[in-house]
Amino acid sequence: MAIETIDKTAKRLVLTVQDYSLFAWRAFTNLYRPPIYWPEFLIQADIIGVGSLSIVILAGLSTGGVLALQSAATLSAFGATAVTGQFVSLTMIRELGPVLTGVMVSGRNASSMASELGSMVVTEQIDAMRALGVDPLRKLVTPRIFACISMLFFLTIVADAFGILGGALVTVFMNNQNGTQYFSMAWEHLVYADIVQGLVKPLFFGYIIASIGCFYGMRTSGGTEGVGRSTIQAVVYASVLIIFVDFLITQVLLTIFR
Amino acid sequence: MNETPASPQPGPASSPAAEALPVVEFRNVSIAFDGPPVLEDVSFTVKPGETRILLGPAGVGKSVLLKLTNGLLRPDRGSIRLFGEEITTLPEEQLFHLRARTGMVFQEGALFDSLSVRDNVAYQLIQERVPDEEIDRRVRDALRFVELEETFELFPASLSGGMRRRVAIARAIIRQPELLLYDSPTGGLDPVTSTTIIELIVKERDAYHIPSLLVTHRLQDAFILSNHRFDPEAGRMALLPKGETDLHTTFLMLEEGRLIFDGSLHELVTSQNPFVREFLE
Repeated sequence: MAIETIDKTAKRLVLTVQDYSLFAWRAFTNLYRPPIYWPEFLIQADIIGVGSLSIVILAGLSTGGVLALQSAATLSAFGATAVTGQFVSLTMIRELGPVLTGVMVSGRNASSMASELGSMVVTEQIDAMRALGVDPLRKLVTPRIFACISMLFFLTIVADAFGILGGALVTVFMNNQNGTQYFSMAWEHLVYADIVQGLVKPLFFGYIIASIGCFYGMRTSGGTEGVGRSTIQAVVYASVLIIFVDFLITQVLLTIFR
Repeated sequence: MNETPASPQPGPASSPAAEALPVVEFRNVSIAFDGPPVLEDVSFTVKPGETRILLGPAGVGKSVLLKLTNGLLRPDRGSIRLFGEEITTLPEEQLFHLRARTGMVFQEGALFDSLSVRDNVAYQLIQERVPDEEIDRRVRDALRFVELEETFELFPASLSGGMRRRVAIARAIIRQPELLLYDSPTGGLDPVTSTTIIELIVKERDAYHIPSLLVTHRLQDAFILSNHRFDPEAGRMALLPKGETDLHTTFLMLEEGRLIFDGSLHELVTSQNPFVREFLE
């Protein structure tokens, strides 16, 4: 009985991974074959990019501020409070900016994509679209994936900038240190490899968020309860996958830029 | 097992449509979803100009059959030909142009709730980049056909259930499809609204002679479709003289996934099949 359950679960898992791979690949390659729905891309770019701006700014500011607060105590023990700027900027740009932005946008947009598409599935709107001769993958999924990739790239830059600014505010107004020194340390120790590391990650994270959100939305079954289940699965898997893929990308990029 | 039509009464065999190439052809189609078969060994045809009414109680696979017809679902076994093309093996991308030639009315309308009635009805035309002026004109024509011209700028959320079905019919017919599929168009509606919807279907059948496959579990809808015609002068449907039925409107009946009846209204009401008798009574 237990073996049967494990067998079924394993088969279901393999089947889900296979379905997801085919789904994500088809959605990605659709960008290179007409028709391309540019108006849908712009609408989604607005929803994802402009809509997520406030939470990304707030998260960036707070994280940068917390980094400055926490590091100041430790660095002062070694008389190295001057490197706070370097510490905050490198941490934000290389790691926390992309990951935090990814997780925030995942919570906001993977869930909305899963619930929106899931609702369309259970009310037969997706079937209606197919019956009207329109490919829902092209019309709904591909624009979301590319809007999410491109917007996450810019949102990460915004999060990085506001993170460094948050660190500066704490450094100057709470830790009573020199702002010019903070910014010069933040800038001087920044190298090309750090920027590349920080800006490659959101491309992968954006793809993960939108493809997972749409995948779970499009395979919704079981009415409104199913929509709720899909939404939870989308957010959980997207967030976990972001953190896991972050580890893999970091390892690869560190090897490249060693 | 399908009943063999034995009666000499007017039926599909005596109609001109009987000789033409079928618009839809099912051959030994079976499908199952993680359990016993939903449809098993189903075979039938829809010929040009024919209206086929698929009867059966809830849960016998009527909607599944309809979705198989335009490739929204794929069978496990058997062959389905739509406009002469085998669709069971056709890739999804190649199915879209065939589906665009059919109109489908879903059970609850399935209107896009983020779009206005105008954009819902014009959905296919917008995708085909038809000029706005032409879209507006054709949408107004389609809405006039279903007598809902005043809803042009409204959103589906502000429409009643019956109005949604009528908008869905307008959406299905705007591009002059070569086949119409109706999935329980009167399901969940009050009798007056149901009659309005059936009247529209009769009007569509008699005005344009588009072949159609209509799924319903309501016998009264099936009988109205069979013994009424649309009177263009009066602008409403009229009862056919006693004993006459529409020659091109014929019936199919499903029982637990199997097609147990295929024939005319007369054959249906005189059938000795116990399930048919029980359903009729």
